[in-house]
Amino acid sequence: MFCLPNRIPIFTKNTEFMSILFQTWPWYISGFIIGVIMLCLTYFGKHFGMSSNLESLCSMSGLGKKVAYFNFDWKANKWNLTVVVGAMIGGFVAVHFMSDPTNVAINPTTIEQLAALGIDAPNGKLAPDVLFGNQIFESPKSILILLVGGILIGFGTRYAGGCTSGHAISGLSNLQLPSLKAVIGFFIGGLIMVHLLLPLLF
Amino acid sequence: MKLIKYLVVGFVFGIVLTKSEAVSWYRIYEMFQFQSFHMYGIISVAIATGLIGIQIIKRNNIKDIDGAPIVIKDKEKGAARYWIGGILFGLGWGLVGSCPGPIFILLGAGVFPVILVLIGALVGTILYGLFKEKLPH
Repeated sequence: MFCLPNRIPIFTKNTEFMSILFQTWPWYISGFIIGVIMLCLTYFGKHFGMSSNLESLCSMSGLGKKVAYFNFDWKANKWNLTVVVGAMIGGFVAVHFMSDPTNVAINPTTIEQLAALGIDAPNGKLAPDVLFGNQIFESPKSILILLVGGILIGFGTRYAGGCTSGHAISGLSNLQLPSLKAVIGFFIGGLIMVHLLLPLLF
Repeated sequence: MKLIKYLVVGFVFGIVLTKSEAVSWYRIYEMFQFQSFHMYGIISVAIATGLIGIQIIKRNNIKDIDGAPIVIKDKEKGAARYWIGGILFGLGWGLVGSCPGPIFILLGAGVFPVILVLIGALVGTILYGLFKEKLPH
């Protein structure tokens, strides 16, 4: 079977610089680069917003003939779909060639709380097996959780007109009051889910 | 060829979001439990960087790459859509720990079950398209 090497030879952890790249990137560097990405897209005459791609995908599939909302020229958003393709490749490279078992070192208290809910610890993984392991396709409950979560995300983000990138980063950095309302909403929803609903689901 | 710069920007975005672990379900959970500054730091620094950059662009009337004036559209006025839509999105974000960007990034990274979140998100988008006119905005 086709198997990916864990590290490509020229890109090893031997140098100190490379070793830093393999660690969890600090918030001040990551946040700065995300801000620069938004500014780059602004400079290209576009904007930073990921969730509008969901609409483009719907329009691309021909839904515009049935639902007027999707009747627009998705080809005008090709640039944003290209950003998505780039992001997918970036995710692939980062996970397969730039990860380290020390990654995702979350607060030990958080790990204990998760254990009490029966959710496995990260140990270098980005997502818990209980929700994102390949065995979940045999669990109707996990399938339902992921689908419902997705529906809330898709519906909510289109209703609110943006997600974390469009409202929290782009909107707030342009001092938009509607974005502040949306972001406060994001946090109200997230806090209700994590503190009140998740403990009932697990 | 014109699209290459978007591919590069997306590539960097995918790497940063993965290496900062903003795509991680655990980091989102930890954020909503207020047990780490990490995510708050990322979001704040991104906003601060954007804020300074946009002010520089506006005050110096910087043109875009094609020489056209940079126009940043204001968000539409309204309340219901932002509060209700925001809360619904937040519920989903807290449950599956990924917003639209990370859904695609994780899929690229090989976290295959995220396909279910993407299918759900597309269904949610279609539902909004169907009921948009009936919803308060």
